[in-house]
Parts: sequence; C-alpha cells; structure tokens
Amino acid sequence: MTAEKQAVTITADTHPFLNGLWKQNPVFVMVLGMCPTLAITNSVRNAISMGLATTFVMVVSYGMISAIRKLIPKQVRIASFIAIIACGVTVVDFLVKAISIPVYQALGAYIPLIVSNCLTLERAEAYAGKQPVIKSMLDGLGMGLGFALALTCLGMVREVLGAGTFLGYPVLGSHFEPWVLFLLPPGGFISLAMWLLFFAWRKERAAKLAAAEATQ
Amino acid sequence: MNESLTHIFLDSFLINNFVLCTFLGMCSFLGLSGKFSTAWRMGVSVMFVITVSSVLSWFTNILLVKYHAEYLRIIIFIIIIAATVQLTEMFIKKNSPALFRELGIYLPLITTNCAVLAVPLFQTSRGYTLVQSTVFSIAASGGYCAALVLLSLVRERIELSDVVSLAKGTALTLILAAILSMAFMGFAGMGNAS
Repeated sequence: MTAEKQAVTITADTHPFLNGLWKQNPVFVMVLGMCPTLAITNSVRNAISMGLATTFVMVVSYGMISAIRKLIPKQVRIASFIAIIACGVTVVDFLVKAISIPVYQALGAYIPLIVSNCLTLERAEAYAGKQPVIKSMLDGLGMGLGFALALTCLGMVREVLGAGTFLGYPVLGSHFEPWVLFLLPPGGFISLAMWLLFFAWRKERAAKLAAAEATQ
Repeated sequence: MNESLTHIFLDSFLINNFVLCTFLGMCSFLGLSGKFSTAWRMGVSVMFVITVSSVLSWFTNILLVKYHAEYLRIIIFIIIIAATVQLTEMFIKKNSPALFRELGIYLPLITTNCAVLAVPLFQTSRGYTLVQSTVFSIAASGGYCAALVLLSLVRERIELSDVVSLAKGTALTLILAAILSMAFMGFAGMGNAS
C-alpha cells in the first residue's frame, strides 16, 4: 500500500525514462502488474517477449492518452483510458501472432490481459493523463523496459533453477537435477519474494552505512 | 465442449484456482488480504461482477461472431466489465453506504482485476455454452474469493507473531501465498480422475 502512495507522489525532477527503469521500478519498487510477473516468467524468452509487448502497449497508448488528455471529461477518464489501452493491446495481439506463433501460444491469455494489468492503468492515471506527449511516451518506455527487466530477472532465476537452461541452452551441466518446483506456481511466488528480500536487504544495508558515516 | 458441469466447477475452483495456480487478480489478492472483513466483502463483490459480466459477454459474443467482428472482443469485453462495475458501485452505494466506504478505492479497481477479464476470454476460447459459462464464472470467482479469505485469515494470525523486519510486507505475503499455492497443487490429482 505504501508503495502505491509513493508512486503517486512521484518527484518530477528525475528523468521520466530512468525513473521507470530503476528508481520506481514497477515490479520491485511499486509492486504492480503482478499477474504477468508471476505467470509468464517460467522461461527467459517468455519473460522478455511479455515485457516488450507491455512496453509497446504503454508507449503507444500513453502517447494517445496524453495527446487527448484535455478533451476527456474527468468523470469518464478511467473508462476512456481503458478503451485506448484496449486498442493498443488488440494491435499487439495481432503483432505477436504475426511475428511468432510459438511465443503467442506460450503467452496465451496474458496478452489480452495487458488491458487489465494494474501497472498500465496506474501510470496512465498518475502520469500520462497529466503530462505532455513526449514525456508520457518516455515514461511509458522507461516503465515498460523496467517491467521487462524485472520479468527477465525473475525468468532467469526460474529457468536456471527449474530447468537448468538459459534461453533454452543448458547451462548447469547434465548432472543437474531440475528443481521443477520453480517452474510451477509456488516457484513464482518464492522467487519474487526472494528478489524483494534482496532489494530490502540492500536498502537496509545502504541506510546503515549512511548512518554509520554520519556518526563518524 | 462436452465437459461435465462438475468437472468445470472442480477444475476452476480447486485444480486451476484462478489466484494460486494461474496468477489472475494478484494485485487485489496481495493488497486486500490484510483484514478478513475487507477480504470477504471484496471477494463477494468480485463474484457478483464476474458472474454478471460473464453472462453479458456470452450474449455479446454471439453478436460479435454473427457480424464477424471478433477482433473487437477485448475492447467490448472490457467495456462490459467497466459498466458492470459502475452498476455494482451504484448498487452498493445505495444499499450499504458503510460497505461502500470500506471498499473505497478498490471498488472501481475491480475493472483492472485481470480475473474479471479472464473469465469472458476463457469461456469464449473454450467454446462454453451459456450454462457452462455461468458455472465456470461462479466457480472461478468463488475460487478467487476462497483464496483471498484464506490468505487474509493467515495474515491476521501472523500479524501477532515476531517476524524479521526485513521480510515484513509484500515479501512475507508472497511467501505465505507460495505455501498456500503448494497446498493447492495437491488438488492437481483430482483432474486426472474425471
């Protein structure tokens, strides 16, 4: 809950692109867009394609939302945002199908579900609905790539431990017994929890170091 | 097409539980499971929205197929859901203002709950009949409600225990969800019997 509030009171002085990519990373910092994060990350290839599909939707639809933001009445803004995002998602749905059928089958229902990804709507509401076109598209690009980065981090852990491969190539040798649990649903929850713990640990350590330096 | 109703019910309620096995509706699952009283109310509201929008989408889909406009499916479904949510909001506001205040911001957010959009999409791709879709939507949303309530009960208990400060918050919730999800994996065997 606190993470969502942080996202709303975002500072304007950071560059919109870098902000999404790292400082306010949608998955590790804001904890948004959990459904694809947990469902699609059982292999690195799926994680990257899902991340790129989401990035495309965000850049295109935020450009449009930002361009017509002054024409949309306040009461129906959420519905209008969703309709615009849904158009972007329909385009991506056809694009992925045209580019690669295996990827399309692997992602399955999760491509149409980008519409109801809380991340896409949250950023539309918090940023694209208020900012000029170029800045909004940069924000979409940064957030989308940050999302893709987080998905890849998770996919890496799950594919290497769960199948012993990376992007389909075996990396852990033939004697490695695949830890199948990491490909199954509980593995998704556990690996995301571990990443969050890792970042919390780093943050706490940095705070302690800063406090120690201040006292010296 | 010929799946029996009991099979559909068990499959979407337990074996492929929407939250714990297919990861749909995660945001509200993690965000709203802190208190039991909020959790079950949210669960019931989502059940209502899913059932109504699923039946409406089934009829709309017939029209879409008739006019060869299947490519509009995602847009139409999300509009139906947004309308249903708006309706539910007005209904709750009129009948129970206390509940309305409690659900607050999460009520309009049902629109962006992926579980709600997934039900019409799945029922269309699996070619369910009207009765099958209704059973499917009730079972799937019931599964969501059950998972939400279960996690909220566990979280209320763990509130009192001593947890490492590092793990407090989302990480702890995710670990609890992982354990629940492992328990639900045990139901996977039921799918083969029927």
